Amino acid sequence: MTTIKTPRARRPRKTGRRHPLASVALIAVGLLFTGGAYVAFSSSTAVATTDASSQQTIAQGEKLFAANCATCHGLSAQGSSEGPSLIGVGAASVDFQVGTGRMPMQMQGPQAQKKPVQFTAEQTAALAAYVASLAPGPAIPAAELLDAAGDAANGAELFRINCAMCHNVAGAGGALTEGKFAPAIENVSAQHIYEAMITGPQNMPVFNDMNISPEDKRDIITYLKYVEDNPSPGGLALGSLGPVAEGLFIWIFGLGAIVALTVWITAKSN
Amino acid sequence: MTTITTREPVEGQTVGAKKASGFTASAANYIDERTSISGAVKELGRKIFPDHWSFLLGEVALYSFVIILLSGSFLTFFFQASMAEVVYDGSFAPLKGIPMSAAMSSTMDISFDIRGGLLMRQVHHWAALLFVAAIGLHMLRIYFTGAFRKPRELNWVIGFVLFILAMAEGFTGYSLPDDLLSGNGLRIIDGLVKGIPVVGTWTSFLIFGGEFPGTDIVGRLYSLHILLLPAIIVALIAMHLLFVVVHKHTQYPAAGHTNQNVVGYPVLPVYAAKAGGFFFIVFGVVMLIASLFTINPIWNYGPYDPSPVSAGTQPDWYIGFADGAMRLIPPGWEFVWLNHTYSMNIVVVLAVVGLFIVTVMIYPFIEAWITGDNREHHVLDRPRNAPTRTAIGAAGVTFYASLWAAASSDIMATHFHLTMEGVIHTLQATTLLGPFLAFFIAKRVCLALQKKDREIVLHGYESGRIVRLPGGEFVEVHQPVDEYERWKLVSYSDFKPLMLRPNAQGKIGPAEKVRAGLSRWFFEDRITPVTQTELNQAHGDHPAEITDK
Repeated sequence: MTTIKTPRARRPRKTGRRHPLASVALIAVGLLFTGGAYVAFSSSTAVATTDASSQQTIAQGEKLFAANCATCHGLSAQGSSEGPSLIGVGAASVDFQVGTGRMPMQMQGPQAQKKPVQFTAEQTAALAAYVASLAPGPAIPAAELLDAAGDAANGAELFRINCAMCHNVAGAGGALTEGKFAPAIENVSAQHIYEAMITGPQNMPVFNDMNISPEDKRDIITYLKYVEDNPSPGGLALGSLGPVAEGLFIWIFGLGAIVALTVWITAKSN
Repeated sequence: MTTITTREPVEGQTVGAKKASGFTASAANYIDERTSISGAVKELGRKIFPDHWSFLLGEVALYSFVIILLSGSFLTFFFQASMAEVVYDGSFAPLKGIPMSAAMSSTMDISFDIRGGLLMRQVHHWAALLFVAAIGLHMLRIYFTGAFRKPRELNWVIGFVLFILAMAEGFTGYSLPDDLLSGNGLRIIDGLVKGIPVVGTWTSFLIFGGEFPGTDIVGRLYSLHILLLPAIIVALIAMHLLFVVVHKHTQYPAAGHTNQNVVGYPVLPVYAAKAGGFFFIVFGVVMLIASLFTINPIWNYGPYDPSPVSAGTQPDWYIGFADGAMRLIPPGWEFVWLNHTYSMNIVVVLAVVGLFIVTVMIYPFIEAWITGDNREHHVLDRPRNAPTRTAIGAAGVTFYASLWAAASSDIMATHFHLTMEGVIHTLQATTLLGPFLAFFIAKRVCLALQKKDREIVLHGYESGRIVRLPGGEFVEVHQPVDEYERWKLVSYSDFKPLMLRPNAQGKIGPAEKVRAGLSRWFFEDRITPVTQTELNQAHGDHPAEITDK
C-alpha cells in the first residue's frame, strides 16, 4: 500500500487547470454565470411584464386580440352578444383565463372549462398588457404574495369559511346549478389561484382586498399548497370526496371482497 | 381385593380416561362437574349448519360488530366527549392555534399523536360502514329467499331493529368528533326535528340543551354511542342468534332437503373452524382497507362552526336515503297557518321514510296475512318461485336506491358532467315510477324463469344432436335433467288465490274482501310446479330414452 502511495506523493504539485480545486472553481464560475444569466433573464421578463405599458407590447397584444378574441369580445374589447366587454377586467383576468386555457373558449356552455393552454407566456402577457391598457383593473399579483409561505392554519380557516361551500374543504371541487361547477383546485398555480380570487372568473364571486386582504390570500394559497404537497395521512384519499366515495368503496370493494371470500370458504373442494 | 373387583368396570373407565389425556380431560371434567356444560356442548356441537356463501353474510355483520367493539374500546381511552373550547396544539400544522372543542382536539390527537390511533379510527369507521352494508345484504338475502316466513317472523323484526340501531350507532359516532362534516349532519337533524309541527322547536331545544349547537350534544351522543345503543345491540344480537339455534338454519331447496331436516356440517369441528377462521379473514380485510384508505379526514374538515358548509357534504352511506329523500322534495312546500310554519318538505320526508321503514319491518306479517300461509318453512324459496314477493322486493330496492342515489346528486353532477337539476329530476322520476317498472320487470322475469324451469323438467336440455329414426323421422335428442336437479326445479309450493269464505255469522267482512283482492294480486299470475303425471306424460310421448343408448 505504502509503496504505491509514495510515488504519487512525490509528483510535483499541480497548478493551473490541473489544480485539485480547479473543478470546484469551474463549477463556481459556471453557477455564477448561469445564476447571473437567470437573474438577467428573470429581470428581463420582469421588465417585459412591467414593460406591459410599452407601446410595442400593447400593439402586439392588440393584434393577437383582433385575431383570436375579437369575434366574441368585439374589435375594441367592447363586448358583443357572444361575450362580455373586457374593458376594466385587468391583466389578472386575462392572465387567468388565457393562462389556464379557458380562453379562447372551446364552446359555449354553462361555463368555460380548463383545457391545454393555447398561447405562450409572452403572448399571454401581451394580451394582458393590451386589455390592461384599455382601462385600469386588477393587475397580476406580485411574486411575494405567491410564495405559499404564509400561515396555513389561518388560510385553512378562511378557506373553510369563504371557499369550501363551492370548492369542498379539500379543494376537490363541487357542483353548482344548471351544469356549472366549482373546479378542483389541485395543481393550479398560486398565481392563478390569486387571480381567480381577485377577478372572480365564471361564477366565482370577487374577493377583493377589502374582503380578504392580500396577506390572507397568501395564507389561503399556503393552505392549498400544503394540501397538495402533503399526502393524506390516512392513506389513499379516494378523491377527497367524503362519505359518498367511502360508501361506494365499502360496497364495491369492501363487501365485494368479503362476498368473494365467503364464496371461497364455502366452495366444495374438487 | 373383592371390593376392587366389584368396582372394576367403573374404575377401569376412569383410569382409561386419565391415561388418554392428562390435563385437558381433567380440566374438562372439572368444569363439567361444576357447570354441566357437556349437555350444551353436545347439543350445540352437533348442531348442523348448511353451507352456502349467502349464509355467511350475517356472520360478516357480527364480526364487523366485534371489530367495532374492539377498536371502539381503544378509542374511548383517548377521546374526550366534551365541547369545552380548547386551542389545538398538536402535530397537524394547518389547524395549529385554532380554537376547537375538546372532542375535536382529542380526535385530532388520536389521529396524529397517539400511536396506532389513526389506524384504529379508520378500522372503527370502515368496520362500521361494513357492518351496516353486511346487514343490508344479509337482509336482502333473507327477504328474497323468503327466510322470514313462519317461524322466523319475530327474528326478522329483531334483525330489522338491529339494522335501525346500527344506523343510530353510526350516526351518533359520526357526530362525535365535532368536526365540520358531523356538525353539518347534526344541523340537518336539528332542521328535521324543528320541522315537526308544533313540538319541533321544543324537541330540538330538549335534544341540544338549548339553541343549536349548544355545549351538550357531544356528551349526550357519547352516552348513547358507547353505552345504551351497544348494550341494546348486544342483547338483540344474542336473541337473534338464540332464535337461529331454536329455529334451526334454513336451507336452499335441493335433493334431500326437507322441512324436517337440515343438511350441512356439524358446528364441531368443521363449522366452528370455518366460522372462527372467517372472523380473522373479515378482520384482515377491514385492517387492509383501514391501513390503505383514508376515511373521514377530520383534519380537512376542521372544527365545527355553524357558518361554513363544505361542498360534497353527505352523511355516511346508510343515512344517505334519508338525506336523498330531502333533496328530492321540490321547493316551496311550506305554508303558514295560525302563525305557525308548516314545513311539508320535512313532514313528508319523515312520513314517507317512516312508512317505508315500518312496512319493511312488518312485511312478514303482511305476507302471511295475504297468503294465509300458516305452515312452517325451513326450505327457502328460490326468488323466481315467489314472483310477487320478488317483484315487491325489486320495487323496494329501486325506491331505496333512488333516494340513496339522490344523496350524491351533486357528486354525480360534477363527475358525469350533468346538471344538478337534471340529476334531481331524473331521480324524482325513478323514485316515483321506478318501483312500478321494477315490479313489472321483476315479476315477468320470474315467471319467464319458472317457465324455463318447467320446460327443462319436462323436456330436458337441448343437446343439439339430431337423430334420424328408422321410419325417416328426425328428432332432436334432449338431455334429460338428472334427479337431483329435478328436485330443485319442482319442489316448491304452489299457491292459489284465497277463496272468499263467509265467517261464522255467514257474512263476508270488508277485511276479508281486501284480503281476497290482495291474494288474487299476489297469486293470479303463477306457474305451477311440474307434477308427476305431467312428467310421466312428457317422457311417455318423448323419445328421451335414446340418449341412454
